[in-house]
Amino acid sequence: MHEHDLIVLLPRLRRYARALAGDAGRADDLVQDTLERAWAKSALFRPGSDLRAWLFTLMHNVHVNGVRRRSPLDAGGARPPGQGPGGVEREDTLAALADPAATAEGDAAVSDIGRALAQLPETQRVAILLVALEDMSYQDIASIQQVPVGTVMSRLARGRERLRQLLDGTGGPASLRVVK
Amino acid sequence: MNVPELPEEVLQAHVDGRLDPAHAEAVAAVLAAHPDLAARVAAWRLQKASIADAYASLVDEPVPARLVQAASRPAAAASTAARLSALPWQTRFALAAMLAGGIAIGWVVRGALPTGGSGPEAAVAALPRDAAIAHAVYSPEIRHPVEVAASEQDHLVGWLSKRLGRKLVVPDLAAAGYELVGGRLLPGNQGPAAQFMYQDATGRRLTLYIRVEPSAAPATAFRFSEQGTLRVFHWIDGSLGYALSGEFDREELLSIATRVHRQIAS
Repeated sequence: MHEHDLIVLLPRLRRYARALAGDAGRADDLVQDTLERAWAKSALFRPGSDLRAWLFTLMHNVHVNGVRRRSPLDAGGARPPGQGPGGVEREDTLAALADPAATAEGDAAVSDIGRALAQLPETQRVAILLVALEDMSYQDIASIQQVPVGTVMSRLARGRERLRQLLDGTGGPASLRVVK
Repeated sequence: MNVPELPEEVLQAHVDGRLDPAHAEAVAAVLAAHPDLAARVAAWRLQKASIADAYASLVDEPVPARLVQAASRPAAAASTAARLSALPWQTRFALAAMLAGGIAIGWVVRGALPTGGSGPEAAVAALPRDAAIAHAVYSPEIRHPVEVAASEQDHLVGWLSKRLGRKLVVPDLAAAGYELVGGRLLPGNQGPAAQFMYQDATGRRLTLYIRVEPSAAPATAFRFSEQGTLRVFHWIDGSLGYALSGEFDREELLSIATRVHRQIAS
């Protein structure tokens, strides 16, 4: 496993994490936890196999298990920009250089469909995001979610139909719908 | 509402464009006869495209330094320390005793052994890796690829030469089809480093990474290495180490590296 291969995948890991976790800070924490686990388990990675699929599997497990390096008290809480948990200055110097206008613009665009996605059961949201953002094969999604391909297909079908209703405004409250 | 000849997995694969052309044509023909279903398929496609659009800008955002750090191979020392601290204290004590003996032996034979990981050889090995990381971080940037643009080339060269304490030459690669985008100052392992970025008409980028090498570093011939999909040629000339990085094939990169080397040496 070459670090360069990890670094070139960073923007895509961040994109998926943001869509999965919603909030930018939690998304980057998820990416960081995933990278740390990747190095800790690097001996298990078979050279020549698909690094992206492996990393997305790790990220999925980190996310599902809620394995968090930081204390649960920090999770989801508002924290001042540039400060990590406990008031420790974070090393986000490159992030601080990001054009704030571009970021705000991106977040505004994300919010509309993001809100609708957030109402889906996570299993459906994951399948939809991996296809839409990563163009991942159904087979790879099935192995990430540890279910048969048929289950991925029905998650896609139900999730997309539900999303259509939500975006049409004909969906009604999510709580009234029986979802598996 | 459902159409028996179009099971849900076929419809979803159709939305994702994963059916072979003949199959996709057959599905389209059935959909033409079922406008309700066709409208749903169109809505699913639109929704998929809007998800991709909504998150597209995130790919161009600069990656936070802490993530680049986390993606980099953890230092051997750190993992050794972590492994040591996981051992029971009796074992640690025994290891410490063995180490103390080892250091004594090492002191005696040190003159007879090649220098280890911290000598000039190690610094040379770090050059292509550091250059590749800098390339990977900055070359995808759309808005901020460089700190100083090529339009201020004199200022750029003067500034970076001053920071590196050496007179730098920016190679002209126009004959190879590459225009200078600009450059930036970077932290090297032993002081400042400079990165010059070039781009061709199609937007393909290559970077030249330059830093001061310790005086002990011997001059080297071109050395080639691969860092993932990235290829790097590096060499040492005088007191400066150079690394040229890009996603090129070896021959193409070598011909540009030769050009760079010729201009810098003359």
